[in-house]
Amino acid sequence: MLKETPSQTAGPYVHIGCTPCSAGLTGVYPADPGASITADAPGVRIRIEGKIFDGANAPLRDALIELWQPDGQSNAGIWLRKSTDLKTGVYQFDTVKPAARSGPPYVCLWIVARGINLGLHTRMYFPDEENGPDPLLKQAGPRRDTLIATRPDAEEDERDTGFPVYRFDIRLQGERETVFLDI
Amino acid sequence: MNRNALSPRDYDWQPKPLTPDYRSSILRSPQQALLRIEGPSPELDGPVFESDTIGPLDSDLIRNYAAANGSDTDAIGPRIIVHGRVLDENNRPVPNTLVEVWQANAGGRYRHVNEGYLAPLDPNFGGCGRCITGDSGEYRFLTVQPGAYPFPNGPNTWRPAHIHFSVFGQAFAQRLITQMYFEGDPLIARCSIANAMTDPAALASLVGVLDMSASVPMDCLAYRFDIILRGRGSTPFENRLEGN
Ligand SMILES: [Fe+3]
Repeated sequence: MLKETPSQTAGPYVHIGCTPCSAGLTGVYPADPGASITADAPGVRIRIEGKIFDGANAPLRDALIELWQPDGQSNAGIWLRKSTDLKTGVYQFDTVKPAARSGPPYVCLWIVARGINLGLHTRMYFPDEENGPDPLLKQAGPRRDTLIATRPDAEEDERDTGFPVYRFDIRLQGERETVFLDI
Repeated sequence: MNRNALSPRDYDWQPKPLTPDYRSSILRSPQQALLRIEGPSPELDGPVFESDTIGPLDSDLIRNYAAANGSDTDAIGPRIIVHGRVLDENNRPVPNTLVEVWQANAGGRYRHVNEGYLAPLDPNFGGCGRCITGDSGEYRFLTVQPGAYPFPNGPNTWRPAHIHFSVFGQAFAQRLITQMYFEGDPLIARCSIANAMTDPAALASLVGVLDMSASVPMDCLAYRFDIILRGRGSTPFENRLEGN
């Protein structure tokens, strides 16, 4: 067996390689890979947004986050990639609600940034689904809520956007540290 | 489609999350154990990238930014080829996968809004490149050798010359971001990021080696860097669910 290549931090300038267009390196690629879903992706439009917090409760403003999910009919995979806003630290995915597999629907997420030596896998579940029987959430025990999005301003958001907005903050450390996965 | 699980990751070989000599890891390293997922999971599949989405100059960092900005002038710096293969732990090639790179210019300066190093920008160098691996997992970039640069970690800390790599593989769980260093660079031994792994063999595997056989006489030197992704185990899941 060969050994897996060791991971190294993505550093603070991951945008140059992964989201060059939105980082001001325009013209090299026509668009950033994974910038948006295709217009014909089947499913209910939703937005997922949040921040990634470090152990001092400061939002990461130099992180990259990738999403992997089935579309609304479970026919095809959707992959999206965003950097957190350089000023506010907010990340935002405009996508569709994933089709349920055997249990409740969820999206897979992967996070890299300066100071993260090995990329972090996690999942986001939806607060308006029957999440009780899900094996991963059961396994997460008292930390299960760190894997479930919230809709604190549901009505207001939907008035502004016309579709549901799910908030999902990720905490790298502390009392409410997000559950990260070994897959 | 049935997808085999991946071989378990060797967390003693990979860098630990908390490596205090690399200061940024102190507040950004999870403290709880990872939750192990057994059985079928969507992370055993991943996005597929078509080679026709890659432009002809995308893997040529000497030309791609200049050309996009209407310049005929090449980027400044020692011309190098960086090439290798993407394989899995079972020594199988990983074809048709996206490899993305980014790097500082020959003076050690990144083209980034947050970058403040006093070395000048090169008007003909952007610093990003990408390609899709071929049938044998091979990839190849033409670029300039990046310079070392200081970073605010200790009183006088420098990054060895390096190129950042992002690789996909065929499963989201194979996703990897790493860095390639250059054979013979005395700064490697002094770098807290390069030394985040405890096994010296792990660091050695991140060092691109001078490859005269791939160099081009009177044109450029070459460095070889193979990338190994996690391998698939032997048992496919029979009950893998539909979708993606
Ligand atoms: Fe760097």
